[in-house]
Amino acid sequence: MIIVNGQSTIDAAGLSLAEYLSRAGYGLNRIAVEHNGKIVPKTHYEQTILADGDIVEVVHFVGGG
Amino acid sequence: MKVKINGKDGLEAMLSARCTSIVYEKMKKARVAVAGLGGLGSNIAADLARSGVGHLHLIDDDLVEPSNLNRQQYRIKHLGMMKTKALQTELAEINPYIRVTIDTVRVTEHNVGHLFEHDDIVCEAFDDPEAKAMLVNFLMENYPDKPIVSASGMGGYESSNRIITQRPMKNLYLCGDGVTETGIGWSMMAPRVSICAGHQANMVLRLILGIEDV
Repeated sequence: MIIVNGQSTIDAAGLSLAEYLSRAGYGLNRIAVEHNGKIVPKTHYEQTILADGDIVEVVHFVGGG
Repeated sequence: MKVKINGKDGLEAMLSARCTSIVYEKMKKARVAVAGLGGLGSNIAADLARSGVGHLHLIDDDLVEPSNLNRQQYRIKHLGMMKTKALQTELAEINPYIRVTIDTVRVTEHNVGHLFEHDDIVCEAFDDPEAKAMLVNFLMENYPDKPIVSASGMGGYESSNRIITQRPMKNLYLCGDGVTETGIGWSMMAPRVSICAGHQANMVLRLILGIEDV
């Protein structure tokens, strides 16, 4: 089980962060992502593999200001 | 009524009369960056100037246009001026005893470099979601201990009560409703933008006073 934004998410273990984010429908240029409490640089989305027990936080920005 | 002022110190004392001295001293020592001087940033900067934040660092590369006047702290007389310069002039009329540093640049991943190095707290107040994400990612990667007060979702005239302050990451505070996006049926209007700016400015004050809870 992987916790994303406080919710249990099944079927994400073994995926790369990039795969998970694109399956979940996020625009990769509009987010900031923490993996187990550490910010993940965009260049590391592909190489970061999600494992059971991981905690992921995704902040998604919408336009306007 | 004519206000009688006894010199610079007299006016400064009168301006800070609504502030307790401990709060006043902490505000005066703080340096806060405001990145983007539109509806969010221009209102945040005005709130922080009124609160006596000692050093404001304003960053924007746009001119004041007529379409800005529906929600931003500018007036007819500022049309055509750089927002940095226009806001600096306005802030001097609100509180002349703070320092205001301006950088008239578009912040990109190529030039962001050391721009925010000396700021205690950074307010992300851009309009473009990709610019928001770029700045937040850059700061969190390069300055993990620097608090960022960002915003997402404050368009239209949905309920005011949907705009909240959250702390999704250790040093990332996020204000807004998270969903009302410009271009998807929502225009930006003064009340909700200034409510969101108020959330951001209040979070900055709390951080300056050592309070990390939202």
